Amino acid sequence: MEKEIIISGFGGQGVLSMGKILAYSGLMEGKEVTWMPAYGPEQRGGTANVTVIVSDERISSPILSTYDIAIVLNQPSLDKFEPKVKPGGILIYDGYGIINPPTRSDITVYRIDAMDKAAEMKNGKIFNMIVLGGLLEVCPVVSHAGMEKALYKTLPERHHGLIPLNMQALEEGGKIISRMAR
Amino acid sequence: MAEQEVTLMKGNEAIARAAVRCGVDGYFGYPITPQSEVIETLALDKPWETTGMVVVQAESEVASINMVYGAAGAGKRAFTSSSSPGIALMQEGISYMAGAEIPGVVVNVQRGGPGLGTIQPSQSDYFQATRGGGNGDYNVIVLAPASVQEMADFVDLSFNLAFKYRNPVMILSDGVIGQMMERVVLPPYRPRRTEEEIRRECPWATMGRTKDRRPNIMTSLELKSEVMEVHNLHLQEKYRKIRETEVRYDTWQCDDADYVIVAFGSAARLAQKAIDMARDCGIKAGLFRPITLWPFPTEQIAAVAQGRKGILVVEINAGQMVEDVRLAVNGSTPVGHFGRLGGIVPEPDEIVDALRKMEN
Repeated sequence: MEKEIIISGFGGQGVLSMGKILAYSGLMEGKEVTWMPAYGPEQRGGTANVTVIVSDERISSPILSTYDIAIVLNQPSLDKFEPKVKPGGILIYDGYGIINPPTRSDITVYRIDAMDKAAEMKNGKIFNMIVLGGLLEVCPVVSHAGMEKALYKTLPERHHGLIPLNMQALEEGGKIISRMAR
Repeated sequence: MAEQEVTLMKGNEAIARAAVRCGVDGYFGYPITPQSEVIETLALDKPWETTGMVVVQAESEVASINMVYGAAGAGKRAFTSSSSPGIALMQEGISYMAGAEIPGVVVNVQRGGPGLGTIQPSQSDYFQATRGGGNGDYNVIVLAPASVQEMADFVDLSFNLAFKYRNPVMILSDGVIGQMMERVVLPPYRPRRTEEEIRRECPWATMGRTKDRRPNIMTSLELKSEVMEVHNLHLQEKYRKIRETEVRYDTWQCDDADYVIVAFGSAARLAQKAIDMARDCGIKAGLFRPITLWPFPTEQIAAVAQGRKGILVVEINAGQMVEDVRLAVNGSTPVGHFGRLGGIVPEPDEIVDALRKMEN
């Protein structure tokens, strides 16, 4: 199994962290992983993206032309990466601020209103985990247990108290992601 | 101590952490994107509190390389890192080190040029790295890592080569390998060499004069040209020995290949993906990856080119290594080049297109 994933959104939204948690979770499950950020002059308010590959075998290129899964969190990211999803692949988008929704019919499109859900849960910081929960629901790239291990590994100890909340957000994401009709 | 623990980190972090574990004595550097994580990681890990390794943020790249000159002249394992514009500034120091036969290590995490250029990945310092880079007839040994694991592994290898030949060694990486995170197993901890060990292993080092010998002098200056020619001939003989013994390379899926891609560092990773894609559409391609860019695997490339329909050199530059490949192949097989410039990293499908063009 090899999954080639792009995560793209606003700078400052936690796109790189999301990729990092995903990559770490893969590592925890003994998989090969690469995490390649677009490290240009990205900044808060601009767009940022990261390519994460999780594989059972050695990974060749960390930079790709097309993706199995695109997670797009704003309109510019949707416009840029919708055409780059492989036929039969998956596109996940947050509906917040999206004026022109995806149009392709040869891929499976999911919508997750994680921005709204995070607001409802009164914690903007768990937005990332809601999105990742949605991803794991529609394509279990890694397990919830692997992700929990990754959180313990990557978060400084003083933040370990927040991990149950993050795991709850992961569950919520799995519940609210919905497949869009073609 | 879980020394063999598998971890996830950036290439730049791997360089820093491997250095501490390999018993390196000193790092001298000045921050620049995309390699700043080297000094940031060292500042975070504070090796001066554990192994006693010195870490200095120098006032400039020129100062950094001359601090390496000083430390390595005393037999210490010392290194610096920078990105392209900073490495350009260091060339004087590197040339002096080659002249004085000082064994330092320089890491270049390349970005697009010329000039200050961009901060995105590039391989456009190939000529500078493999042709010496500064003034005079000299070479530095150049290693091109293609993974975060090799970033870690090549630190110790670089120091071993540097001290074996008393010659500067460069790790020629780029923004892709520096910024990317991959799984890596760091080398086990090894203590720094004691003064006594350095005295024994480096009788040339300037560690304070002892009664029974003449002072050791580290210099690249010699005003008598007759003496300077003898010194140059000695250097050339050393380079010949290095060319004979230190060539390193890797091949992948070459056995049945009609086309062989020659690529180093991150470009070799992109090429591997392109080769998989090309094979899916019926183009049999393979990879030849030079690991040492100097000494260059000239004979090995000449051999691998035999009987192929074509050789495609893929570099993130306008065509630099392709000259060395053409010299190696010497007309026996058509040689093409594909590259992107200015910090644009080619995507694997562009490389497949370039292969297709060679077919027609």
